[in-house]
Amino acid sequence: MNQIKILLNGIIKENPVFVLLLGMCPTLAVTTMAVNGLGMGLATTFVLVCSNVVISLVKNFIPKAVRLPCFIVIIAGFVTIVGFLLQRFVPSLYSALGLFLSLITVNCIILARAEIFASKNSVGKSVLDGVGMGLGFTLALFLMGTCREILGCGTWFGIELTKRVIEPMKLFVSPAGGFFTLAVLIAVINIITKYKISKKKIGCGGCEGCPSAEACASLSGEDGKE
Amino acid sequence: MKEMLIILVSAILVDNFVLSKFMGICPFLGVSKKIDSALGMSVAVTFVMCMATAITWPIYTFFLAPFGLDYLNTVAFILIIALFVQLIEILLKKFMPPLYKALGVYLPLITTNCAVLGVTLLNIDNTYGFGQSMVNALGAGLGFMLALILFSGVRQKMESCNVPKAFQGIPITLVAAAIVSVSFVGFSGVVEGLFQ
Repeated sequence: MNQIKILLNGIIKENPVFVLLLGMCPTLAVTTMAVNGLGMGLATTFVLVCSNVVISLVKNFIPKAVRLPCFIVIIAGFVTIVGFLLQRFVPSLYSALGLFLSLITVNCIILARAEIFASKNSVGKSVLDGVGMGLGFTLALFLMGTCREILGCGTWFGIELTKRVIEPMKLFVSPAGGFFTLAVLIAVINIITKYKISKKKIGCGGCEGCPSAEACASLSGEDGKE
Repeated sequence: MKEMLIILVSAILVDNFVLSKFMGICPFLGVSKKIDSALGMSVAVTFVMCMATAITWPIYTFFLAPFGLDYLNTVAFILIIALFVQLIEILLKKFMPPLYKALGVYLPLITTNCAVLGVTLLNIDNTYGFGQSMVNALGAGLGFMLALILFSGVRQKMESCNVPKAFQGIPITLVAAAIVSVSFVGFSGVVEGLFQ
């Protein structure tokens, strides 16, 4: 039962994008089409699972002071591998994701899971956590991509849907549409979860496990006084 | 000279890193609540972007590319940036305490800012020379600053607004970001016309 709980935790209860608000950059940037969102999500899932495994294996050998650079290098290594795999087998996706494929390295979800979960738990649990979180991320990106592609292009996975019935709204494919779609989706989830998200601090996924927590706290300390 | 100006202006306005390339969204949403912290963060980001480019470009051109190791650029660059940010923090603390006091808190936040890694990788992708890379890094930093300062102004106005319950907090911030981003769309096409 416990295993299923860890898995579902990432997909629903702590969805990295909609609830934890982590990894905003790829969420906004690559989701102009559903297929790109799906591809980005799966690539991130792969990196997340692999880095969770390696980090939970080596957690006892890494000195605490230098753990973040070590984690980042492990993650960057897997990102390079994913880049090779996509370039060889799915070249169209590789060129669509472009720079953001390399930027998976600095996706806060991966570092946050390494810090919160993988560096404290066994390999088996870390795999489940990686899969759950990765699928949650994929689901969020896929939803974003679906909304933006249908509204902005009138297609879905390249299949014509509403293109001839409703004039496609180009705005939704533009950067502004990305912000707007995410805002509306979060607002909807906010209603479903009975306004849990409104109470969260703006900006990031909360401080637990964030490498920048210390610096952030001294900043938001000033803000908190208002 | 004209080419440099085009790179600079398009990095600041047309291809604004935050609003049209979606890099550095976390600090954009997180540190834009007050104008002075927005200014401090963006000065620190601009500084690190320029320095990181000054280091990563030679390393790529003289070490990675000649030996066919260019596929290692992500690993190498992120390691350099992480080490470099740590180094700057130590140096500033020791030799320039006033500057450390002003920028110190922002520095650790920058390692995981994708705009810094993004600009160094983008310079390589676009096959810019050293001068062009530096100008592009400066432009990206200034664009980041512009977006952050503009947005912190918008957010201060928003504090006193009555927002529907479902949109309170992050959703309304994102809607505001969408509107600011629309205004930047107006700049596309300006750059070509400006330098003709």
